[in-house]
Amino acid sequence: MKGRGKFLVGSAIIVVTLISLAYVGYTQSKTYYHTISELSSLHGTARRQRMRVSGNVQAGSISHVDGRVDFVLEENGQDLPVSYVGTDPLPDTFKDGAQALVEGRLNSQGRFVAELVQAKCASKYEASPVPGAAPANPAAGSGKS
Amino acid sequence: MDILGSFALLLAFLVAVYAFAAGIAGILTRRALLTKSARHAGMAVFGLVTLAVAALEYFFFTDNFSLAYVAAHSNSALPGFYKFAALWAGQEGSLLWWSWLLSIYAFLALFLNRKRHPELMPWVGVTLAGVQIFFLTLNNFVSNPFHVFASADMAGIFHMARLSEGSGLNPLLQYPEMVIHPPMLYLGYTGFTVPFAFAMAALLARYPGEKWIHITRRWTMVAWCFQTVGVLLGAHWAYAVLGWGGYWEWDPVENAALLPWITGTAFLHSVMMQEKRGMMKVWNVWLVFSTFMLCILGTFLTRAGIVSSVHAFAESSIGAWFVGFLAIVLVVCLAAWWKNRDYLRSDNQLDSLVSRESSFLFNNLILLAACFAVLWGTLFPVLSEWVTGSKISVGPPFFNKVNIPIALFLLLLTGVGPLLAWRKTSYDALKRNFAWPLAGGLVSGAIAFAFGYRNFYALMCLILSVFVALTIAAEFFRGARVIAAREGVNLLTAVGTLTMRNTRRYGGYIVHFGMVLIFIGISGQAFNKDIQQNLSPGQSLSIGPFTIVCQNYDQVQNDNYQSERATLEVFRKGKSEMMLYPERRFFNASQVTETIVAVESSPLRDLYVVYAGRSPDTNQPVVHAYLNPLVKWIWFGGIVVVLGTGLAMIPDRRPALVLRAVSEKSWDGALAPAPGALPATAPARGPSRSILRKSEGEE
Repeated sequence: MKGRGKFLVGSAIIVVTLISLAYVGYTQSKTYYHTISELSSLHGTARRQRMRVSGNVQAGSISHVDGRVDFVLEENGQDLPVSYVGTDPLPDTFKDGAQALVEGRLNSQGRFVAELVQAKCASKYEASPVPGAAPANPAAGSGKS
Repeated sequence: MDILGSFALLLAFLVAVYAFAAGIAGILTRRALLTKSARHAGMAVFGLVTLAVAALEYFFFTDNFSLAYVAAHSNSALPGFYKFAALWAGQEGSLLWWSWLLSIYAFLALFLNRKRHPELMPWVGVTLAGVQIFFLTLNNFVSNPFHVFASADMAGIFHMARLSEGSGLNPLLQYPEMVIHPPMLYLGYTGFTVPFAFAMAALLARYPGEKWIHITRRWTMVAWCFQTVGVLLGAHWAYAVLGWGGYWEWDPVENAALLPWITGTAFLHSVMMQEKRGMMKVWNVWLVFSTFMLCILGTFLTRAGIVSSVHAFAESSIGAWFVGFLAIVLVVCLAAWWKNRDYLRSDNQLDSLVSRESSFLFNNLILLAACFAVLWGTLFPVLSEWVTGSKISVGPPFFNKVNIPIALFLLLLTGVGPLLAWRKTSYDALKRNFAWPLAGGLVSGAIAFAFGYRNFYALMCLILSVFVALTIAAEFFRGARVIAAREGVNLLTAVGTLTMRNTRRYGGYIVHFGMVLIFIGISGQAFNKDIQQNLSPGQSLSIGPFTIVCQNYDQVQNDNYQSERATLEVFRKGKSEMMLYPERRFFNASQVTETIVAVESSPLRDLYVVYAGRSPDTNQPVVHAYLNPLVKWIWFGGIVVVLGTGLAMIPDRRPALVLRAVSEKSWDGALAPAPGALPATAPARGPSRSILRKSEGEE
């Protein structure tokens, strides 16, 4: 076999190996994004998948129970009860009315068991002008540069 | 000043349009005066954008909160250092910053080559102006940093309003590195525009030979170097500021910076194939094109706000502009390539699997595979939503599964590639070059195994790292020994002489060595430990050899923030070693709390301690401690990479006699037929000089 042929065989081996590794990694870490309203329509395996859901923390719903934190996420009038069971302390931005993103799975009772909670105060870094004045172009963009 | 700034910005846009149009007209009509005026216009953009940047900085430094952008990203209590950096804290400012850095590059490229390459430069100017037009369009019409506050009164007349105080800089950005990290990364992103412009120009002008590669080699290395520094500083910032104990999480923003770095690295290697063997011409052109497009994509991912939200990939108004621009660039690239594809025909074919060519091909293949995997993983939520309707994200396991084997294979090539001969390498040469380094690698692997290190990837990384480091050391030693013997100097002086005679080759080895250090540092991750527990005064926790005893918590205050600070004493083997003070700071202006990590760093390990907040159950303070081995090697390796890159850009100091000094052996040892010849080689070209000549002298 000429150099070119051998090179092609070698490349094919590498590519196939990488694709199979990628597939394994994908199945291990894929996470579905869902809105709260979509959750009720999920069935079968789709309901057991790892997923990410976002919503606003319902005012007054945060309660510390032994070993976990319960709260309710709401979005467009739909509610989702959540239990946070992770070990990290909740972020300081996590309070009533904050936008939150939870990652975990649904349990059989329809309660969302979250291992990860991220939160952000609504429009934290947006310019808050004096009453009556409107920014011609509200500056958006926060977080990492 | 806001009038001055926005007017300068508008004028810059018009001048860039003129540079573009007049440049094309000059090429078509072949009128030298028109071409010259287009070039001057291209250079003038720099002055105008500089004026706009200066105007915006003036607003920051005078605490003038009549601009929405200044009010959103600064406040009067902010230290001056950060007021300067607040310029690029948000979308509008960082896009202006992009334009400014690009205008510097464009100015330099046009100015330094004003008397050279008359066939090529008009096209370069047109391409650069085209890119500038896009960014100046954003600056002027889409994301203008000079918007003022105004309100309408009863009669409908607008009055300017001015806030008394701004809402402050995002506390995450209030860290010294944030002042240099974005400029570095952006210098990388923008810097790749220059090689792109030259590649495009060479293709459109059908410029003969590989000249564009020689012209752009230094430009590419400058951009690559900035990109490397930018990526590493970003990793370091994440490590030192974000407080989750790691430096890389395959976050879209990190990936965005890594992508052009990967293709840029592939390009730096594959151009050698074109210079020396006339192969891979199409490939190289497309590598530059892709690198540039990935830079645009990276800016888009970083700055269009699509990843800043907790809802990763939220909608953004500026996204459409970037997608549109990328589509235009892609179409132009495709058209230019299709029209001139005959110009890119390869001169040679691959002769053998064990040759320098094939090592470069493999290098490129797997770099591209890495790039593709990272790109795919980053855009997966968007792609999956298009295809299946449900948004799916992939996490670090996906990226690690693919990229760790790729990285180790690359590391192997780093050691093997430079010592393989062009065309074909003999078995003897392989044995001579690799026997000792390989033995060294295996022995160190065996020792680590005997000491109980069983992680497969970490062991492979160690073996390969030692192997590569030894091949590099052997290269320096072999070359230096010849010089030392011939010129009667000591070995150390000879190493210096050797390096300066072929800076590109030996600078490259130093870059490789820096990468080895980075790899060793990353492999330390396999042995990370962490523990989190409640820690009230008097309580203690143990991690590795350390015992951390909490002494107390106290409060610190200043204008900018209030902080709660833990005082921790660290014991090792019963002896007090050091004090650590992790903090939580509450920033007054932005009403946000951030953690300030305490790190005790040594070459062997970092002890990284975070005051994580109060436990939701007990309201007791929680401390999270991490023991991260070898992290310091990564930052040190980065410095070595930068030094090596700098060295490779210095012109060779080559005494005439070296050119004829060694004739019996080729410099890479493999083309020489004589068995038993001296293994020593010198950095002079042997029998294949006709092929190799191109690499000498220029650039």
